[in-house]
Amino acid sequence: MAVDPRLAAVAEPRVMRFGVTERRLHMAHATAFGVLILTGLVLYLPMLAQILSDRPLMKSIHLAAAAAWLTALVLVAVLGDGAQLRATRREIERFDADDLLFLRRRAAPSGRFNGGQKAHAIVQAGLAVLFTVSGVLLWLGERDTAFRLPGTIALHDAATLLVAVLVAGHIAMAFSRPQSLEGILRGTVPESYAAEHHAKWRPARAVGEAAAGWRPGPMRISLALLVAAAGLVAIVALLRDIAG
Amino acid sequence: MSESPPQSGRPIGRRAFLGFVGLGLSSLAWGGAAMDLVAKSTLLVPESLRSALPFGKGWRIYAVSPPHPSFDPATWRLRIEGLVEHPQTLSYEQLLALPRARQTSDFVCVTGWSVDDVGWSGVRFDDLLAAARPLPTARALQFVSAEEPYTDSLTLEQARAHDAMLAYAMDGHPLERKHGAPARLVMPQMYGYKGVKWVQRIVVTDRVADGYWQQRGYDRDAWIGGSNGR
Repeated sequence: MAVDPRLAAVAEPRVMRFGVTERRLHMAHATAFGVLILTGLVLYLPMLAQILSDRPLMKSIHLAAAAAWLTALVLVAVLGDGAQLRATRREIERFDADDLLFLRRRAAPSGRFNGGQKAHAIVQAGLAVLFTVSGVLLWLGERDTAFRLPGTIALHDAATLLVAVLVAGHIAMAFSRPQSLEGILRGTVPESYAAEHHAKWRPARAVGEAAAGWRPGPMRISLALLVAAAGLVAIVALLRDIAG
Repeated sequence: MSESPPQSGRPIGRRAFLGFVGLGLSSLAWGGAAMDLVAKSTLLVPESLRSALPFGKGWRIYAVSPPHPSFDPATWRLRIEGLVEHPQTLSYEQLLALPRARQTSDFVCVTGWSVDDVGWSGVRFDDLLAAARPLPTARALQFVSAEEPYTDSLTLEQARAHDAMLAYAMDGHPLERKHGAPARLVMPQMYGYKGVKWVQRIVVTDRVADGYWQQRGYDRDAWIGGSNGR
């Protein structure tokens, strides 16, 4: 009797690649990036700015999205599984001999992250800091010229160029391997995919839908409510400041 | 997530992160000069493509209270008032009938971008004010935009600079709406925020009044390369 290939696909065991906290952190970055790059491009490219010259609206959305992004990052840190995030950071910042080989485009077995994925995450983390610092300086510089440094615009612009190239490559690679896309969206990847692309990784089998496995306590929830309220106040203040 | 030994390998990533952030932050000091160099090199690119370049030269339109004011040649009026013997109300036709001056000058924005060799046509301020006759106490001109609350001022001496004008045409065409139709202040020796667009009223005053950007911390005398911390 022939086996329905769809059943075979369902039957394949899956392994956990990304926990809930990691996926939420990724979603916070991805959503904010979408809004920030679209509004930012209008503010940034003279050609688009001339077509869509409602600059104050674009600027309001851009600044509100930036404030919402930073708030979301703090919320993920407060509500999420901190031990897991710290473990992930240690995983990403350490390069072994195989990772370095991978970066030199040689065949080498990878752990949960390959050398390229580690390097990408590190540069993106650095860009997050640089965008925040240069963005805050741009905002302050409009209020007080003492904050206008000669390279603020150059830094924000160069970071935009770099992040656009990186994210374009990141998305292209995700779509070229649908299993990796499933990993970041649902948490799990097929066991065979893990074995093929991440040979040194010894993942845990996923049981049913990926369970959260982590619940924030009441203190964390109260702190998160405070952070969310502070973020909202900041967003409203930003919008009022621009409107006024 | 992982049972592989988490401590394998060297923490190269942390050093790379700190190095990258450090390099990025140091560019706050040298990035401006680097960007100027790159912008100059984009002049090798054809002008039609240049405005699409991120570091290229091209207009960036700022608006403080959109939408841009609209212009109807039939009803538009320019008022010249304040410390003058004969307050004036000029129609668009009357403005165009005044002695016409032409110039080519660079436009430099305080935020770092610039457009070279813009061709302007318009009226020099001595010609514009001749019929109104400023009183002896007159010291400054306040330009009031139809885009409220945008205003800015020049001293009479600054307004008499050889390349200052109230422009109504740019690169051979009537001023476009986004560039301030029908008339804008052009003062090439100062940063672009002094160049009030959609000018509808010129008030002759005895002192310089702080305008929109001065109230937000920008210098009153916006000399290029000699103000706003540059």
